[in-house]
Amino acid sequence: MLELTASPFFGIALSIIAFFIGEKIQKKTGFAICNPLIIAIVLVIAVLSIFGISYESYNVGGTIINMFLAPATACLAVSVYTKIQILKENWLPIVVGCTVGSLASMGSAYLLCHLFGLDDAVVVSMIPKSVTTPIAVGISTSHGGIASITVVAVIFTGIFGNIAAPFLIRLFRVKDAMTAGLSIGACSHAVGTSKAIELGETEGAMSGLAIGVCGIITVLFSLFLH
Amino acid sequence: MKLLKQVAIIFSICWVSEIVEQLLPFSFPASVIGMILLFVFLLSGGLKIAHIQEKSDFLLSNMAFFFIPAGVSVMNYFDVLKSSALPLLLVCVLTTVITFAATAGGVKLTLCLMQQKRKKK
Repeated sequence: MLELTASPFFGIALSIIAFFIGEKIQKKTGFAICNPLIIAIVLVIAVLSIFGISYESYNVGGTIINMFLAPATACLAVSVYTKIQILKENWLPIVVGCTVGSLASMGSAYLLCHLFGLDDAVVVSMIPKSVTTPIAVGISTSHGGIASITVVAVIFTGIFGNIAAPFLIRLFRVKDAMTAGLSIGACSHAVGTSKAIELGETEGAMSGLAIGVCGIITVLFSLFLH
Repeated sequence: MKLLKQVAIIFSICWVSEIVEQLLPFSFPASVIGMILLFVFLLSGGLKIAHIQEKSDFLLSNMAFFFIPAGVSVMNYFDVLKSSALPLLLVCVLTTVITFAATAGGVKLTLCLMQQKRKKK
């Protein structure tokens, strides 16, 4: 049994099938909570636990998938580059908004985690949780955080932001499309952006830009973490 | 061959960024260095989007998939998480609301100041 699952093909095939099922369920239901990544993670963990397969066997293939994270993050540059015109025209509000938002996110995560008396490693894993997963994981692991906690926190934050966005827009009396888009992108990265795209074209583009800008700003601020 | 060239370009950038990461005196994620390098190459015109289009579309549109192993590793931390699941959930919800409010406030204030400046002129 263990011999069979220690091949890298096992982990990769299992992950792809799980993700495929996740995407199907997402399309059928249309709920943000049915996020394909969450469904895939739950399915893989379920399969491993039911059949008594160790994480190490799964991860023989897992490390190969992991390798693609760095190139995928680098390609975020392409999505920012294609929106460079909007960035040039509105650079001041974008930079100010994303700076304030990133600081607020990191600061509030830090303070709240300490308030709840969480472990230092958990705190570091939570600080970058409002930015897009690859950047958040990069910050978290390079400062001694736990990647998987960051991944789960980032996805959960994104889903909450996606669901709460229309309500938050009303709560904070946001009337203008640019403000709404930037705020959604700053607090809930790509998962939130998918809601922003539904709200309107400007909202979507601004939200997408906020992902990249907030990511870079958060990395810069994280240099001061110790 | 076209796709292989694109893979070569992107993987080379990632490799160089890992070297840069080791040379830097402070901790800065290599993946973000790669992103900055690629952005600079695109801005300088040395690299065109067309040179990496298909590969980057593939990576960007399947981004979530690449996080499955990282997410699955959470099963190794169930003990840590069991005791602090509720506070972690609360931190996620509260910081999201705070970040939204802060960003919206920052943008609103900037737009307002810009408008006033324009009126004065």
